[in-house]
Amino acid sequence: MPASARPLSPHLSVYRWEIQMVTSIVHRATGIFLSLGMLLVAWALLALASGPAAFAGVAAFCASWIGLILLLGWTWSLAFHLLNGIRHLLQDLGLGYAPATFVRNGWLVTIGSVVLTALVVACVFAQRGAA
Amino acid sequence: MKTAVGLGSAKSGTRHFMAERVTALALTALGLWIVWIALEMLHMDYAAARALIARPYNAVLMIAFLIASFWHVQLGLQVVIEDYVHARGLELAAQIAVKFVCFLGAAASVLAVVRIALGS
Repeated sequence: MPASARPLSPHLSVYRWEIQMVTSIVHRATGIFLSLGMLLVAWALLALASGPAAFAGVAAFCASWIGLILLLGWTWSLAFHLLNGIRHLLQDLGLGYAPATFVRNGWLVTIGSVVLTALVVACVFAQRGAA
Repeated sequence: MKTAVGLGSAKSGTRHFMAERVTALALTALGLWIVWIALEMLHMDYAAARALIARPYNAVLMIAFLIASFWHVQLGLQVVIEDYVHARGLELAAQIAVKFVCFLGAAASVLAVVRIALGS
């Protein structure tokens, strides 16, 4: 909290929910969540380097209900952050700022992230069938 | 970029802006690659998983992914903390903590990949 009561600009509560602000907020939220995912990546690699017993611990965590829910969350977060990140990079080049295009791309990214997640889940189930 | 560096508020901001975007560009490819690796490893036993990461091109791409990711995480969380943590002491502590954790995470996991690649 600021030490003095300075006037602040209107915050989230005064705005109507629109795809433009939702994608912006979700980009941040998925970024923070993916940061935590890097801890799992680090843990998995350290376990892989140290031995079968440690690696079995990672595998057990990933196969648990909490692990599966987190992995699904990370998959969708990565899909969204990746697609919206590409959108941001194109915007940095000055592209896609016309309001209609901006809104359309927001929906493209949102729907695309769900499609990508479904693809990954389909790959997981296909492998399970083959194994 | 050339005209902004070293001038006024662009002193270090431009460097942050560029580093965030260059790591983002690298991660568009490496992010897809890590999903492929994860799917490959899904039903592998320990020896096969280790052999997969030990392949030179996978080891190199993994190290690139780790450095780009932890760097991008640090840059991203830095902005989030700047935006939402308004108490000076807490903000400084949070920024330093994020930098330490990201550096330790990167160093430890890169060493792990090197150990896997060298079979030690």
